[in-house]
Amino acid sequence: MSRATLGWIVLGWVGFALLPWYGFNGAASSVSDYFVSGSALVHGLRGAWWLLPILVPLGMALVPVLRAGEATKGRWLVAAGLSGLALIILQGFAIGLNGWTLDILRSAFGEPGPRQAGMGYGAALTSTAFLIVLCHGLAARGWCRGDAFVTSSIGVVIALITVFVFFPVTTILASAFADNNGNFAPAEFVAKFLDKSIWGLDCLSSNLRCGVAWNTLFLGLLVGVGTTALGLAFALIATRTGFRYKKLLRVMSVLPIITPPFVIGLALILLFGRSGALSAVLWDWFGIPRSRWIYGLPGVLIAQLLAFTPIAFLVLIGVVQGISPTLEEASQTLRAKSWTTFWTVTLPLMRPGLANAFLLGFVESLADFGNPLVLGGNYEVLSTKIFFAVVGAQQDQGRAAVLSIILLAFTLGAFWLQHAWLGKKVYTTVTGKGDSGIPLPLPRRVALASYLTAIPWAMFTVVIYVMIGVGAFVRSMGRDYTPTLEHFLTAFRIERSGSGLYFSGSAWDSFFATVKVAALSAPLTAAIGLLTAYLLTRQRFSGQRSFEFGTLLSFAIPGTVVGVSYILAFNVPPIEITGTGFILVMCFVFRNMPVGVRSGIATLSQIDKSLDEASLTLGARSATTMRRVVLPLLRPAIVASLVYSFVRAMTAVSAVIFLVTAEYNMATTYIVGRVEAGEFGLAIAYSTVLIVVMLLAIVAIQLAVGERRLGRRSASTAPSPVAVQAVP
Amino acid sequence: MSLKKSFAAATAMAGAITALSFMAAGSARAQGALVMYCGVQEEWCRAMTTAFERETGIKVSMTRKSSGEIYAQVKAESQNPRADIWWGGTGDPHMQAAEEGLTEEYKSPKMSELQDWAVRQWEQSKNRTVGIYSGALGFGYNTDLVQSKKIPEPKCWADLLKPELKDEVQVADPNSSGTAYTLLATIVQIMGEDKGFEYLKALHKNVNQYTKSGAAPAKAVALGETTAGITFMHDMVTMVVDKAPVKVVAPCEGTGYEIGSMSIIKGAKNMDSAKKFYDWALTADAQKLGADAKSYQVPSNKNTPVPPQAPKLTDIKLINFDFAKYGSSAERKRLLSKWDNEVKNLPK
Repeated sequence: MSRATLGWIVLGWVGFALLPWYGFNGAASSVSDYFVSGSALVHGLRGAWWLLPILVPLGMALVPVLRAGEATKGRWLVAAGLSGLALIILQGFAIGLNGWTLDILRSAFGEPGPRQAGMGYGAALTSTAFLIVLCHGLAARGWCRGDAFVTSSIGVVIALITVFVFFPVTTILASAFADNNGNFAPAEFVAKFLDKSIWGLDCLSSNLRCGVAWNTLFLGLLVGVGTTALGLAFALIATRTGFRYKKLLRVMSVLPIITPPFVIGLALILLFGRSGALSAVLWDWFGIPRSRWIYGLPGVLIAQLLAFTPIAFLVLIGVVQGISPTLEEASQTLRAKSWTTFWTVTLPLMRPGLANAFLLGFVESLADFGNPLVLGGNYEVLSTKIFFAVVGAQQDQGRAAVLSIILLAFTLGAFWLQHAWLGKKVYTTVTGKGDSGIPLPLPRRVALASYLTAIPWAMFTVVIYVMIGVGAFVRSMGRDYTPTLEHFLTAFRIERSGSGLYFSGSAWDSFFATVKVAALSAPLTAAIGLLTAYLLTRQRFSGQRSFEFGTLLSFAIPGTVVGVSYILAFNVPPIEITGTGFILVMCFVFRNMPVGVRSGIATLSQIDKSLDEASLTLGARSATTMRRVVLPLLRPAIVASLVYSFVRAMTAVSAVIFLVTAEYNMATTYIVGRVEAGEFGLAIAYSTVLIVVMLLAIVAIQLAVGERRLGRRSASTAPSPVAVQAVP
Repeated sequence: MSLKKSFAAATAMAGAITALSFMAAGSARAQGALVMYCGVQEEWCRAMTTAFERETGIKVSMTRKSSGEIYAQVKAESQNPRADIWWGGTGDPHMQAAEEGLTEEYKSPKMSELQDWAVRQWEQSKNRTVGIYSGALGFGYNTDLVQSKKIPEPKCWADLLKPELKDEVQVADPNSSGTAYTLLATIVQIMGEDKGFEYLKALHKNVNQYTKSGAAPAKAVALGETTAGITFMHDMVTMVVDKAPVKVVAPCEGTGYEIGSMSIIKGAKNMDSAKKFYDWALTADAQKLGADAKSYQVPSNKNTPVPPQAPKLTDIKLINFDFAKYGSSAERKRLLSKWDNEVKNLPK
């Protein structure tokens, strides 16, 4: 019996007999009150008889401790874990807040039956212990080469994805097949699904509008291709050229990702709208009539390209850096021209990165809500349609679920295509062998193309941010350009009172809550995401593809649907966590995890497995190998996922709009409220503060995680290593 | 660690834990609190919260959302309600919630002080929701643009159909916005269903964009992104107070209105506090707070001073809006899908 297994068995007991079994919010008046009295054992002895059977598997787990037989040890642990989990789940779902939850139980045992609240710390700990015991048992029976770390990791990730992705998603998708009263109605589903407003193709033949599904798909493809191209241009310039203003370029390319939603759209309107600054110039100087072209596809496309290029950049920079110069040098030694080398060696090696960047751009565009809301005009996309199906005048949750299914199908289709394209080829370029070559400078054509795309784009970004900066300091953007600090004072006033500083600004509450939630969710997201990536690329187990699919699912589902599904799933026992900060953290972790997974996979597929194998051969265990060999090589991916999840937690809107409470109000919902009220100035001022906070956080993350050193010399003449990764 | 020792340790631990569990005592929880979902502007919500806290000492947890979002959330939480009171926001979602039994019946002692329209809505909802303010539908135009384009000043609904205003009118999409649905229902009630839809089809040619949010056209008019916009008049007034070149119009044919409402959530955990708030929110003192927070709706308590900037209800020809009929989900669905099929999909 390993010490870890024993420890988990003890923790199982602690959760059952010491910690409060119910409720995360329950106020405890004293320590003894908090420990013992709320435990499942006490509840069980006082009448909650359904909790007592859990003692049996807890006892079963102790059997292998007593008896020495190695052969039966695994079987006992598996049995204990399985039956323990089954008992907890069964009682949790059978007995709800208002008695029995199933009609069969109600008719068999009478109404209303016993009641119980949602699970608390005790239940969570005991369930986790059972899960780990189960995984240790499976390892003892020879699964995954008997590696308990691997089985436990797989078990934990699967359990988390089941609870926080599959469970809520099934809850809401089930409503696609129900009418407004909750009855099963497949005919209604078919009618809603085949609706003309979704699939119509009228725009091809006349000047009518096309279905919302085609609109979404078209926009997603444009954005996917556009962000990948721009991201590649930035990544190539940043790693393979001696461009002088690299640092600036990097900052410019990353700013949009840390910009709260609505702000880019707002800036675009103030620039290109009919009364916008640039439109006025064009009219005064060139007589180009003011028009409303920005509202619709062009506006949304520009805003999404601005917003999502950084994601492509973050994915691609790791990949471009990781390509071994050895292969390129070999190509040149064989007298290939630099263009041929780039086209036949470098570019194909980037395929995992390109595919991942495209996938992320496409999926992000599909799920984006803020930009189509502000700039969409009459160009409708699925995400806004879904939002207004839930909150709009129709209030039709079934329709929202149907639209979500379509959106989901698109995303998964893209995922499948990506797999088909990458195929079974090998992209490994980071190996343990010496490869200290110099990366080739770019062929002239490629360099020129990169400069021509990246530099105008970066300058455009600068203009957008100048607009935003000005907007925060003037009375009313677009009308009244009197400089003022009034917006900042309203939001972030600090007064000195007798008892110290008093944060009287109206934005402080949401600001502190947001920073707290973001800071909590970022490390969790990165940890779970990279662990998953490691399991997917380095381990082989049955059901791996569906496991991978599960990790992508939450990303594919639009935020609004996630928000509503979280309320539906987590507002009632057994898992009752709405209204807590915990639900926000979980929501962010599982929405942003796919970025960690994708960038982890992209980076890991470049690192030769022989490195891990060498470590394993030398006697290190999986956990040690992970810590000493894999993690240091994964630093770019760690930075990417930490930064991304922190930033997304601070800028997401649609998912959290249903989850915020008075105590945990998020900055973005506050900003949306200000935009709705027409207080653009305050919204922009708050956004600039958030941007500064995020910039600081990114620099801090960068410093904390550090740099990956591959032992290669750099192509350009003088970039310090810090410059290359200063801002990811 | 030898097996025997491990077992000894484990058993000792389990035993100790079990023993501890038997020494137990119960705990109780009590608090004077109120959870409020607020459907108007943040500033007004905050003013209400602090004033009520000062008055009663009850701690209020307030969350601000649009009324559609609140409805969706109240419905999703109906198994285990989180909120106690839902204050503010346009009346349709309140009526919908009343129809679905998501809110609680209550008769406040303050009912006698209320305007007729507030009482009527309370009766139509079977005592489940009450009017706290009302705002008439209207439109606004950008005076600079109207002058520079030499368009005659629009005064009636019919003026919005003029060819000079082609692609110059903005209104929200009734599928997403309660404001625009009020327009749809108003036009149908003024002109009759057939003529009303003819009007909407003609208006469609002049509409440059169906926005998502109901108040968005007001901002677009203020910024000059569109010449005219159809919104609730108080949304336009907010722009005027902000010194934008906007003129607010009460259409000559008459117009409909919304009733901002308040409901107690069914199964509220703090029912007493909710009722206390309900009574308090209907007093003139509480309703005065709206104007201070730059919201210029007409309050429902007869004794509340009407803010001077607010559109005078006496100057506006209000129609007898049938909230029961046009607020019911069946009628709404029918009108919306008719509008979708006959108006929205028309070529320009």
